[in-house]
Amino acid sequence: MNLSTPETILSIQDLHASVEDQQILYGVNLLIKEGEIHAIMGRNGSGKSTLSKVIAGHPAYKVLSGSINFKGTNILELAPEERARVGIFLGFQYPVEIPGVSNLEFLRVATNSRRKELLKNELDTFEFEDLVKERLKIVEMDPAFLERSVNEGFSGGEKKRNEILQMALLEPVISILDETDSGLDIDALRIVASGINKLSHPNSATILITHYQRLLNEITPDFVHIMADGKIIKTGNKELAIDLEKSGYDFIDKNTKDKELAK
Amino acid sequence: MKSSAICREWLNSLPPTQGYLKEEQSIGRKLLSTKGMPSNKDEAWRLCNFNRLNSFLSLPIIINKKDFTSKLKYILPEKEKDRERIIINLTENPSKNINLPNGVEKLNDIEIKQNLGKIVKLMNIKNDISVGLNQASSSELLALKVKRNMIESLEIVIPSIEKKSISTRIFLLIEEGAKLDLLQVFLGNKNSAQNHLMEIKVESNVEMTHGLISMGEEKESSSICTLAVEQSKNSKYSLHSIHHGWNYARFEPRIIQNEGEASTIVKGLQVTKSKEQIATHSLIRFEGPNGKLDQLQKAVASEYSHCIFNGSIEVPKKAQKTEAAQLSRNLLLSKRARIDTKPELEIVADDVRCTHGATVSQLQDEELFYLLSRGIDNEHANSLLLKGYYDEILSHFPKSAGKWNVIEKLIKDIIK
Repeated sequence: MNLSTPETILSIQDLHASVEDQQILYGVNLLIKEGEIHAIMGRNGSGKSTLSKVIAGHPAYKVLSGSINFKGTNILELAPEERARVGIFLGFQYPVEIPGVSNLEFLRVATNSRRKELLKNELDTFEFEDLVKERLKIVEMDPAFLERSVNEGFSGGEKKRNEILQMALLEPVISILDETDSGLDIDALRIVASGINKLSHPNSATILITHYQRLLNEITPDFVHIMADGKIIKTGNKELAIDLEKSGYDFIDKNTKDKELAK
Repeated sequence: MKSSAICREWLNSLPPTQGYLKEEQSIGRKLLSTKGMPSNKDEAWRLCNFNRLNSFLSLPIIINKKDFTSKLKYILPEKEKDRERIIINLTENPSKNINLPNGVEKLNDIEIKQNLGKIVKLMNIKNDISVGLNQASSSELLALKVKRNMIESLEIVIPSIEKKSISTRIFLLIEEGAKLDLLQVFLGNKNSAQNHLMEIKVESNVEMTHGLISMGEEKESSSICTLAVEQSKNSKYSLHSIHHGWNYARFEPRIIQNEGEASTIVKGLQVTKSKEQIATHSLIRFEGPNGKLDQLQKAVASEYSHCIFNGSIEVPKKAQKTEAAQLSRNLLLSKRARIDTKPELEIVADDVRCTHGATVSQLQDEELFYLLSRGIDNEHANSLLLKGYYDEILSHFPKSAGKWNVIEKLIKDIIK
């Protein structure tokens, strides 16, 4: 094996998917290798969140055709919890509040599920508390949030920090962060972005789904993809995000139309 | 056999009226022989599974000492250091051979005479069938008082006996300024029945927390329980209850704020599986102004089971400035399970704040997906969600309730 060639982590080919009998994805192709950061941008309804849910295995979303391979294995047959355990992490756009379930217990059970998969020893309550306290620093989060119910009564920013804390504990191979920047003020955005940067390493990859270029000022993507009408219509580097911010999606629409006309 | 005949047969099977509850026994038997058993035409019993009620009456009520010792197979968790445990021994006067803490005393005959049955009359439930069944068959009484300004913890455990029906009668007087933390545990047994009538007089400036764990745990076990509480001014009474595992159970908490100006918290959880039916019929009445009530009733019904909640609140004209909130939240876990919930607010006073609401839902798919997406397996995720659902009620129980493994049981039985 040639160690200098980065391994493919995620390969999506001609993916078509629907939710509630409505088709949303019309042939998505995406190749993600180790160490890469990809940004996916696009209008509301272009299929960005659907793509993230399909990768994570949300049962309401049906794959009509195409494939998703994770490190060479087809994951479409895997249950969502199995996908998470092999290292696929979805940072939710709207993290769910679960009253009565302690955040600390939730984080511990989740962490141990992943550790089991990695053949690491499971952590007891005390060992886990040590680990979580260390990881809290990454997102500058108050330990008081561990004692509360999962996301219950958390502000938008606190919820997003709790997502990144989970990412820090689960040590995923690929993280798909769905609009992690939405609802964050400048300071919270910096903290969250710095957390994501700290957690990136050469063997993992990140997909940032975002509307705004401001997150990409904090985290430099290797690739920027634009989604429209359920597929990736344009791929470029960071400059593409800057152009998009300057000229809006009309610029993309025009570009695409020109291309179609040229055909 | 018709229920009237079953009732007659049951009455005939009872021993002759005797002992210091003789008068009470006569009252109950008279009521049953004239009124008979309820039918689906009685509003309060409309949804009752009458076959189950009839089989309740088919078990023999006579208990002898041999039954108690040979068939009692319970291994009870260790008792807490600072909480005395009373196990109601069904063969003898429950007041005998018990250790009472300093601040708790047995009531003397005069005190019993002065108090027994008063709250039942006050609540106007003396013609209730549940009350009649108990009065007709109870032969012993546990009557205690917590003395003025004392702070005490107690545990009362009532086990069942296989193939037998038991009746218990309890009276508690909590004297002015006292505090009582009571944990009460009902335990079912194979083919067994329990019937309880409990009266609690809460005097002024009293704080009482009352946890009730009622676990049938075995097939064909049933339980009928009436709890009548009278609260005086400036008292605080909070009741947290769990009913689970009974083939048939009916719980009737009746609370009266006799002068208003008191605070009442009632939080109940009923969890049913297989073909069980568990019903709670609560009544809270305010007889004076400025009373407060916070009531939450939760139900979880799985498989073919049936949960019923009927919550009455009465606010007459003299109960101005009452603040009462009632909420019924229900979780339906199977298409074949059934939940009936009915708030009944009777408000005559015009300057009050009373709210009520009811919801029926299923476990939330988004909550479940969130947990799954973190690698937590389906069974564990569901048990976390259920635990979260129970938490609102269970978190208020005294810590020692944990020894009864209630949460574990409530989760294991529902997630199979």
